[in-house]
Amino acid sequence: MSDPIIQVKDFRKTYGNLIAVEGISFEVERGEIFGLLGPNGAGKTSTLESLEGLRIPDGGLLRVMDVDPARQSGKLPNLIGVQLQTSSMPESIRLDEAMKFFCAYHGVVPRYDLLDRFGLKEKKRAQYHQLSAGQQRRLGLALAVAHHPQVLFLDEPTAGLDVASRIELHNLMRELQTSGTTIILATHDMAEADELSTRLAILLRGKIVATGTPLALTATGAGLTKISVRTKDSSISDAQLSFPAVSQRSVKEEYVIYYSRDIGPTISAILTYLKDKEDTLLDLRVERPSLEDRFLEITNIGGAK
Amino acid sequence: MNAFISHFSFEFRSGIRNKTLLLMNYLFPLGFYFMIGLLMTQINPTFLETMLPAMVIFAILASTILGIPDPLVTAREAGIFRNYKINGVPAFSILVIPALTTILHTVVVSIIIIITAPLLFKAPLPLSWFGFVVTFLLTAFACAGFSVLIGVVSSSSRITVLWSQLIFLPSMLLGGMMIPYSMLPKAMAKIAQLLPATQAMNAFRGLAQNLPADFNPLGSLLILLASGVLAFELALYLFNWDRRNTTQRGHPLLALLVLLPYVIGILLQ
Repeated sequence: MSDPIIQVKDFRKTYGNLIAVEGISFEVERGEIFGLLGPNGAGKTSTLESLEGLRIPDGGLLRVMDVDPARQSGKLPNLIGVQLQTSSMPESIRLDEAMKFFCAYHGVVPRYDLLDRFGLKEKKRAQYHQLSAGQQRRLGLALAVAHHPQVLFLDEPTAGLDVASRIELHNLMRELQTSGTTIILATHDMAEADELSTRLAILLRGKIVATGTPLALTATGAGLTKISVRTKDSSISDAQLSFPAVSQRSVKEEYVIYYSRDIGPTISAILTYLKDKEDTLLDLRVERPSLEDRFLEITNIGGAK
Repeated sequence: MNAFISHFSFEFRSGIRNKTLLLMNYLFPLGFYFMIGLLMTQINPTFLETMLPAMVIFAILASTILGIPDPLVTAREAGIFRNYKINGVPAFSILVIPALTTILHTVVVSIIIIITAPLLFKAPLPLSWFGFVVTFLLTAFACAGFSVLIGVVSSSSRITVLWSQLIFLPSMLLGGMMIPYSMLPKAMAKIAQLLPATQAMNAFRGLAQNLPADFNPLGSLLILLASGVLAFELALYLFNWDRRNTTQRGHPLLALLVLLPYVIGILLQ
């Protein structure tokens, strides 16, 4: 790491007897999108909120752009943008007022264009309590980036967003990353984490159990590649059939699905078998293990496939 | 400065947009004023002498004690303060700006009362406007301080109502607005002196209406000033951004220190 924007070293956070985070360490470089994954209660929000200066750590070192969030939280607001998992605004504040209000405290010109960008153009004069949950989240996102923060914390940003808003957020995240903004993303959306993150850490019961790029993480699992086959005469549906390197087999609708450790010999053997049986191959799909598969494998929620 | 103006402007408009605040700031005090004006002036003609200050104090109590604490507690519970913290809104602004905007609402209501009371009910105007304005401002300051402190130390909206009523109801009964202080039993009168409303009524009588004060009216002003300063300082000291992250610097019972100026006032008499 040459230029860590965020440093977390042996960070601990407890609530009474509950250990929420137990000595985790990681660093994030400038311009990275760093994903934090983990099941509910894994410690993602405690980590984020401690970095944001909202919670006091019980041990370890936290730095955001060399600022100690616990002791120097007053220096953070203009450096960071935050979309909290659960936050709120005064019920009667209008959207344009909210933009003006928060931008005034950050000392920047209000970014009303962000309200348009997040599909809130027609709601500018509406009061906060008149918005749907999705609209409230979109407003939160617009406000989080309005002051051009150098570090952006997003805690489940796409929860409750419609498809268009989700795409808009992803586009914005890529733009911000290109302009050098560092983004910390806590999410349950594996596709989102896989698509956007430059690196990921998977938290489980307060500890980091895996870290790396999405590609590296998926490659270091059990490594089973999914091969789905559909044929004209279903000659392949015999459950007694076995092919090289296949460890598991299942059937879904008209497809027979194999999980292979080595796809070359497996596919070659399948094709040879079909040729021998004079069956016609209608569809063959090869899918590398997804981040979700790897996540479930690590967190042991889904069990082995 | 821009942030302060923007915050002030939003909070002031909130006091009209929000139905509960509109009720506490305008509808309740003005409705009560018209009702009492019609009733009390018929039942007790001497009430007219102190009608103006009594109704102004009532407006201040309704707007501050009943209006300020709950929005503060609700905002903290809903996570609004967390949002404020990460966006650099200081605790000082969170506590002081709602107090200032509420005082501005009470100014508007008081002006309505001052203009209409002589016309509708033949209530006498203050003989000393300077005394009236100073007493009004210090009363509003002290009551706003009490209210902000209640909002800071209350753990929930339910508790807020209890604390607010603990000040509001005795103020109505013992504060000298409906029943003259001089008619209270001696022990009750001492308890009454723990209330900002009693001190305010005493100061209004002595310094604005040129009526005999029940105790030193300048002392009352001093008590209101001291308790207001103490209340805001305690509120800032005990302020908590977030109910989940208990970083409170002192026990909520420290808030009772706000009564110190009133106790000293009683002891010095």
